[in-house]
This record gives sequence, structure tokens and C-alpha cells, in this order.
Amino acid sequence: MTLFLIILAFLFHTGTGPSVGYGEPPLLSFEEFEPYLHKSNDTTYVINFWATWCKPCVEELPYFEELHRAYQNQPVRVVLVSLDFKHQIETNLLPFLEKHNVESEVVVLYAPNANAWIDRVDSRWSGAIPATVVYRNDDQLFHGEKFNSYRDLELLVESLLKI
Amino acid sequence: MKRIVLPLFALFAGLLLLTSASVSTGGGYQIGDKAEDFKLQNVDGSWVQLSEFIEDGAIVIFTCNTCPWAQLYEDRIIELHEEFAPQGFPVLTINPNDPEVQPGDSFEAMKKRSVEKEFPFPYVFDAEQKVYPKFGATRTPHVFLLSEDLTVQYIGGIDDSAQDASGVTVNYVAEAIKAVKAGEKPDPATTKAIGCSIKVKRS
Repeated sequence: MTLFLIILAFLFHTGTGPSVGYGEPPLLSFEEFEPYLHKSNDTTYVINFWATWCKPCVEELPYFEELHRAYQNQPVRVVLVSLDFKHQIETNLLPFLEKHNVESEVVVLYAPNANAWIDRVDSRWSGAIPATVVYRNDDQLFHGEKFNSYRDLELLVESLLKI
Repeated sequence: MKRIVLPLFALFAGLLLLTSASVSTGGGYQIGDKAEDFKLQNVDGSWVQLSEFIEDGAIVIFTCNTCPWAQLYEDRIIELHEEFAPQGFPVLTINPNDPEVQPGDSFEAMKKRSVEKEFPFPYVFDAEQKVYPKFGATRTPHVFLLSEDLTVQYIGGIDDSAQDASGVTVNYVAEAIKAVKAGEKPDPATTKAIGCSIKVKRS
């Protein structure tokens, strides 16, 4: 019986990932992630750095989900960059994405030497999360703290769309 | 990459700042600045005054109980103290978080954590949140290495491998102390690291 349960759990575990739009998030090195910061295609990218253990990050996550839904038919894309610890992806991140039915694209960044890459994201960033970069081609805005409301996030995105 | 500073955005940013409780950009000590003295209460009830605490220097670290990134470094902070306190560079840890926002960072919780981990250094509470903005601390953990006359010598992370202590190739704080002891300027004098934002009192 125990064996059966283990097998069942195993099948369930490997057979079905979290039911998110983009499937299981890829684990990326900074070099693999960096192209997300430099796309030149007139789309506005909203890149949010977060983790499931970061309270203000989790509080503002619904704003990004709302933005993702509200701008679905416009050239705006949300990417949630998880800094969850590598050993907590299975135990924390995937269950979180499933529970909250996260629809935006999620990637996991595993790049231990943060000093080597924080400035390559944005020189205005201290490294504290949450942090958000909004860019389109060569124009980039940075927000180094939690958004207090969905409207604050939308205003930042709109201010870039108007350029 | 072009960085835009538009009047429109400036206006918007201004509005955001007005509505935001946590304004952490811009201020704070730079390398070479002299830190202002402060006196904060330690978990054992005593008061720690920076100018009295400092020896040949001090490793001031803004940290807390709750941030997983700070937790990753707890043992490494103890090691720093054990290695460098005998050399005149003791560790002073400061919790800058408001416990109303982050209940796990209350003074009581600090006491408990300090006992559990047997911190060999003071763990003081920036209860009025007046010290961390002077330093310009933005996250936990955030290190400021001071020399004897309270001059800021190094600002940044502890080492280059947060998640995996066995993967450390450079211990920035240890290297900075070596430089200061040799009468040289640390290189790098500043580094960046991932950490938790400081939890600011709701206005």
C-alpha cells in the first residue's frame, strides 16, 4: 500500500506540473536570463524580481497578474523572476504558483554571485527585493520597492508606453 | 542603455514617493564618510554606543530574524566575528525592521533568535528607524565596515555566494579588513547583493 502511494505520488509529481500558462519555470543562469532584459521588438517588458519568501513581493504579485490580464491584447509582457532558493523550487515555488494559479511567465534565476549581475539589470538597483524593471527597446524605468497599488504599477507602464 | 529622466516620469516618481513609506534611494554614507555615533539597545538589555564599541574597526551589519537571505548568512556572520573580533574588528548586528510590518522581527523575537544561535556579538534594535537611513542601508543583510575613527571603508555584501557557502570564492568583508589593516583601501570598496527590503513603519 505504501509503495503504491509512493508510486502514485511519483507519477502525479512528474506527470503534472503546476497548471500555469507557461508550464514549469526554467532555472536560468544570469547569462541565460540576460536576453530577457534586452529584447528589441517594441514590446514593453515588465520584469519583476521576487521570491515566495518575500512578504512585500507576494503582496504585490496580484498587481502583476492583473497587468498581465489587462494588457493581454497589447504588446506588454510580464516576466516574474523568482529568486527562490534552488532547493526550495519543488517545495515552495511550484506549490505557490499552482495555489495562486499564476498566469504570467515565471523564470527562476540562480546566479549566486549577485554583485556580478545586479548592475547589469539596472545600476539603480541595490539588490533589495521586490524590484521591477520596465523597458521597451532602449528606454528603461526602475522601481526599487513594492508597488502600493495596481494603479501605481499601471502608471509606470503607461508612462513608458507614452514615450 | 539609455536611462530616461522625463519630466513626466519625475512628476510621477514624485507622486509615488509622496505616497510611499519606504524611500530608500539617494541618502546614506559613501566610502570615506564618517559615520555618526549612535546608541541602540542590545538584546541583553544593555545599550551599545558605536564609538565605545569600535576597536580598530567594526563590522556593522544590518540584518534581521525573518529574511531568508539574512538567515543564510547567520553562521557566516558568527564566523566573521570569531575570526575578526580578536583582530580588533568585532561584529555589531542591527535589526532595522519595524515589527508592526514584520512581527517576526520584534525585540522579543530578536532576543529569542540571539539565544538560539548563541550570537557572540551584540544584536541591537533600530527601534525608531533613525540609524539605518543614515547609513543608507536598503536591505538585510547589508554590511558597513568601519575603521577606528568611524570612517566607512566598505559597503555591500558579505561574500560572492549567498545560497551556497561552499561556493564562496571571495569573502568581501575579510578582504576589506585585510586591506584596512594594511593601511590600504579595500578593493572592491562596494558590492551589491540580493536581500530583503527593510520593512518601514507604515505612515
